[in-house]
Amino acid sequence: MTSSPTVPAFTLVRPQDAPLDPSPLYAKLRAKQPISRVSLWEGQLSPWLVTRWEDARAVLGSPAFSADPTHAGAPTFRKDTPQGRRGFFLNQDDPVHAMMRRTLTREFMVKRINELRPAIARLTDELLTDLTELSGPADFVEHFALPLPSLVICELLGVPYEDHGFFQEHSKAIVDFNATAQESTQALASVSEYLLGLVETKRAEPGNDVITRLAVQADEGVITDQDAADLGAFLLIAGHETTANMIALSTITLLAHPDQIPHILGGQEQVAGAVEELLRYVSIVHGGLRRTAVEDVTIDGVTIRAGEGVIVPIHVANRDPELFTAPDDLDLDRANARQHLAFGYGIHQCLGQPLARAELQIVLPEIFRRLPELKIAVPMDEIAFKQDTVVYGVVELPVAW
Amino acid sequence: MHVEVDVPRCVASGQCVLLAPDVFDQRDEDGLVVLLNENPPAELHDAVRESATVCPAAAIRLEEA
Ligand code: HEM
Ligand code: SF4
Repeated sequence: MTSSPTVPAFTLVRPQDAPLDPSPLYAKLRAKQPISRVSLWEGQLSPWLVTRWEDARAVLGSPAFSADPTHAGAPTFRKDTPQGRRGFFLNQDDPVHAMMRRTLTREFMVKRINELRPAIARLTDELLTDLTELSGPADFVEHFALPLPSLVICELLGVPYEDHGFFQEHSKAIVDFNATAQESTQALASVSEYLLGLVETKRAEPGNDVITRLAVQADEGVITDQDAADLGAFLLIAGHETTANMIALSTITLLAHPDQIPHILGGQEQVAGAVEELLRYVSIVHGGLRRTAVEDVTIDGVTIRAGEGVIVPIHVANRDPELFTAPDDLDLDRANARQHLAFGYGIHQCLGQPLARAELQIVLPEIFRRLPELKIAVPMDEIAFKQDTVVYGVVELPVAW
Repeated sequence: MHVEVDVPRCVASGQCVLLAPDVFDQRDEDGLVVLLNENPPAELHDAVRESATVCPAAAIRLEEA
């Protein structure tokens, strides 16, 4: 399929003078033609782009769309996207997806995640203490935003501390937009291989952790050992850089709106609401959720044919003025912020969301309580944003306190 | 208000439990939704409505009196 010259190219690049806002192209498309073609892979594919909140929910909630990236017309990030295993169930459709997700759902129950809160608070405290013991300006990403969620997931999975560096490195390579398919596949294979060994270790020495319980499910014949390892690797990849980037970008956002910082220091309910608005406003998953129609389906008057691809940029839906008043304003008091799609929608909606929420609710107030003088050590326009990655973030964030 | 949940549809997002913990809970074995109170009192109606709105699986049905 070739695209006509009038079809705009899909872009991840955000405006230089407003690095927390989506490309203005998308608001224009939403006003003119909310479901329209965009060009991908240098014009080799022209999937549909869905820019309204309501249409985004309609697509993501509909069984007419498949998340399997191996369909011929699947609008994947790269043309040569490696084929994943079923443990990476974001790429699977039901019933396989449901079966795989079900092996982990109890691990992310609100009550179980609440049991992790003291550990998250302790790790936050330790990392902030270490940070303040450094003499001068330091990289907040390296010293806080990246290690915190990595340590939390390692705690969840039961990964020994000495292997954390290995994980951080490999999970980065896997999501790096500039890495070749081969490099990503290799990094992924290394993590899976390590976790396969951990499944064996946990079988001999069970702990109170996810890998131990996945090993039990493997013993019961529900999944294979390879599945158990892949599920662990998938959690690491899904929950590490996402949360890290959300912490870093939320910190930048709050520093850019100092009048709203007192809000993040408020009571529990106020903080929970503020985190929802930050999730909406920052919307780190900005590569667009990708689906392929498996039957003809009409969304908002537009017929999408079986086999055609659809891109749902949730950071754009989260700025839809039809639902969110003054959508480009940060309002930590926004009444309907929770209706954001930052965790997706439908059967693939983020499984880790109770954990991500707990982390952000604990971490963000603590940063501003412990570091009331926190500031970014370079001018805003010198911050290196990761423009080209599926998950938006910053390469580094030099801060002083 | 009368509440119903469609358990097989639930994807264990936990959103309803966070919003209305007196009305929704999760099963220990798999995290799927458990309805604690199918006729919640008036002061919980807003939270229950919001739960139904944000539920990613459209698994919460409401009948308003
Ligand atoms: C603020 C942090 C996070 C954000 C913004 C986020 C966002 C998302 C989004 C948008 C999806 C859906 C993708 C799609 O439908 O194509 C997703 C799926 C997923 N996330 Fe997260 N996530 C975060 C943190 C986490 C954490 C901490 C974990 C676990 C440790 C996690 C585990 C998962 C899993 C397992 C899926 C796949 C669910 C499925 O396919 O059924 N995420 N996440
Ligand atoms: S909000 Fe919906 S999907 Fe999430 S736990 Fe409640 S019923 Fe299940």
